[in-house]
Amino acid sequence: MPEVTETHLPGVGVRHDFTTASGQRLGVIAHRGGRREVLVYDSDDPDACRTVMQLDVDDSRTLAEVLGASRVSEAVAAVQQRIEGLSIDWITVPGGSTFVGRTIADGEIRTRTGVSIVAVIRGTDTTPAPPPTFAFAPGDVAVAVGTPSGLDAVRAMLAS
Amino acid sequence: MSPLLAAVESHTATAFIEIGLLALVLSALARLASALGITAVPFYLVAGLALGEGGLVDLSVSEDFVALGAEIGVLLLLLALGLEYTAAELRHGLGTSAVPGVVDGLANALPGLAAGLLLGWSVPAAVLLGGVTWVSSSGVISKVLADLDRLGYRETPVILNLLVIEDLAMAVYLPVVAAVVVGADALATASTVSVALVTVGAVLWAATRFGSAVSARLSQGSNEALVLAVFGLTLAAGGVAQQLQISAAIGAFLVGLALSGPAQERASTLIEPLRDLFAAIFFLFFSFQIDPGDLPGALVPAVALAVVTSATKLGTGWLAAARAGIATRGRVRAGTALMARGEFSVVIASLGSGLADGPELGTTAAAYVLVTAVAGPIATKNADRLSALFAPSGRRRGT
Repeated sequence: MPEVTETHLPGVGVRHDFTTASGQRLGVIAHRGGRREVLVYDSDDPDACRTVMQLDVDDSRTLAEVLGASRVSEAVAAVQQRIEGLSIDWITVPGGSTFVGRTIADGEIRTRTGVSIVAVIRGTDTTPAPPPTFAFAPGDVAVAVGTPSGLDAVRAMLAS
Repeated sequence: MSPLLAAVESHTATAFIEIGLLALVLSALARLASALGITAVPFYLVAGLALGEGGLVDLSVSEDFVALGAEIGVLLLLLALGLEYTAAELRHGLGTSAVPGVVDGLANALPGLAAGLLLGWSVPAAVLLGGVTWVSSSGVISKVLADLDRLGYRETPVILNLLVIEDLAMAVYLPVVAAVVVGADALATASTVSVALVTVGAVLWAATRFGSAVSARLSQGSNEALVLAVFGLTLAAGGVAQQLQISAAIGAFLVGLALSGPAQERASTLIEPLRDLFAAIFFLFFSFQIDPGDLPGALVPAVALAVVTSATKLGTGWLAAARAGIATRGRVRAGTALMARGEFSVVIASLGSGLADGPELGTTAAAYVLVTAVAGPIATKNADRLSALFAPSGRRRGT
C-alpha cells in the first residue's frame, strides 16, 4: 500500500493524497458537506493539478462502490478459477437474525458448513477477508464461497 | 382596517417601495458579480456611492431601518468569520503558521499605518487603516480558489492557514482598536484594552471547555430553533460587548468561535442567507455616507497603498509557501491569492466612523477595497503568467 498523506484544509475539509505505482500523484478532497474532489497532480508543476473532478455525495458513493466491488469480485473470480464446483452467493443477515452481534467464529460457519465468508458488505463499506472476530450487524451482506448445499445451510443459519 | 395600520400605511408604503427597489438593484449587481467571478462587495460600494449623499440619485430611504440593518450586518459578518473555522483548525493553524502569520501582520499592517500617519491623520485612524490593509478577504479568496479549481493545489493549505491566523489575530486587534478609538488618556485606554483582552481570553477559555456542550444542546432542535438561537446569541453578545466598551463586533465574533461541532456546521449554512442580506445593507450604508466628490482625491493614496500592499502580500505568500516546500509557480499563486481585501477591511474602516478623520478613512478604505477586491482575483487567475514573467526560461504551459 502506498503511503497516504493527510492535509487539513481549514474551512474546506480534508485532503488525502498518495503516489500511484506508476508515479502519478493522486488526491481526494473530502469537503465538510460530503462532496468530494478527485485531483490528478501535474508532473510539470507538482504543486498544481492537471485535472480536478467534482463529485457530489451520490457520485462519490458510486465511485467508491465501483472501486470496492471490483476488488471483491476479482478475489472471488480467482477462487472460482482454481476450484471446479465452487459456488458463490451474497447472503443478507436479516434484522431478527440470531447472528446479529455475534462473530464469524461464534457461528462456527466454516466448521459446520465448509463455507468461507470472503467479504462482508455493510452499507457503502466492504470488508474483504473479514477476521473470525468480525461481528455481524443487521443488513450486512455476507459474500460466501462453498458448495451449493453448504451455501443453503449458511443461508438457513443466518436467517434463524 | 385598524386605525393603527391606516396611520402608518402611507410612509411605510414609500419605505417598502424604496427598500424593495434597492434590494432589486443589489440583486442585479450580485448576479453580475457572480457572472464575472468576483465578489459583490465592490459593486455594492459603487451602488451606495451612486445612490447616497451627493450621488446620481439622492435616495432618502428610511434612515433608521438602514442604519440598524447595517449594524446587524456587521454582527452577522463577524459571526460568520468566527464560524468559518473549527477550534481544531484554529489550534492547528496557530501551530503551523504562527511565523508567516506574524510576517503577514507586520508586512501588511505597517504600510497602512504609515500611510495614515503620512496623510496627517490621528493615530487611531492610522491604526484602523493598518487593519484595513492587513486582512485579506477570506470570503473572496476561498471563493476564487474554489472557482479556479485550486483547492487541491499544494499551496492552498498555506493560504488557508494564513487566513486562519488573521482570523485569530482579529480577536486581539478588534478590542484593542475599539479601545483606541474611544480615545481617552493612555491609562484609561490601557485599562479598557486589558479588560477587553481578559474578556476575550475568558470567553475563548470557556468556549473550549463548555462550547461543545452548549453546541450539542443547540444542535438538537429544528432549523428555525437553531437559527433564532444563534441570531439571538449574536445580538445579545454584541450588545453586552458594546456595553463593556469592547465593540459589538467582538461579541458576535466570539459567539462564532465558541460554537463547534454539528451546531457550527448547521449554523453557518443557516445564517448564510441572513448574513448576505444584512451585509449588503451594511456595505450600502457604509458607502451612502461617502461623498462621491471626495473619491477622486482618495484614489491616489488608495491606489498607491494597493500597489504597495499587493507587493507585501505577494512577498508574504511567497515566503509562507517557500517554507512549505512549494516551488516558484505555487509561491506566486499563493502570493497573488492573498492580495484581495474585502468585507473585513470595510468593517474595520467603519469602526472609525466617529473619528475626526473618519470620513477620509472611510473614503480611502472604500477606494482601496474597490481596487484590491477586483485586482486581486484577476492577479490570482493569471498567477502562472506572472511567474512566466519572473522566470522567462520556464516553459509556458498550454491549457
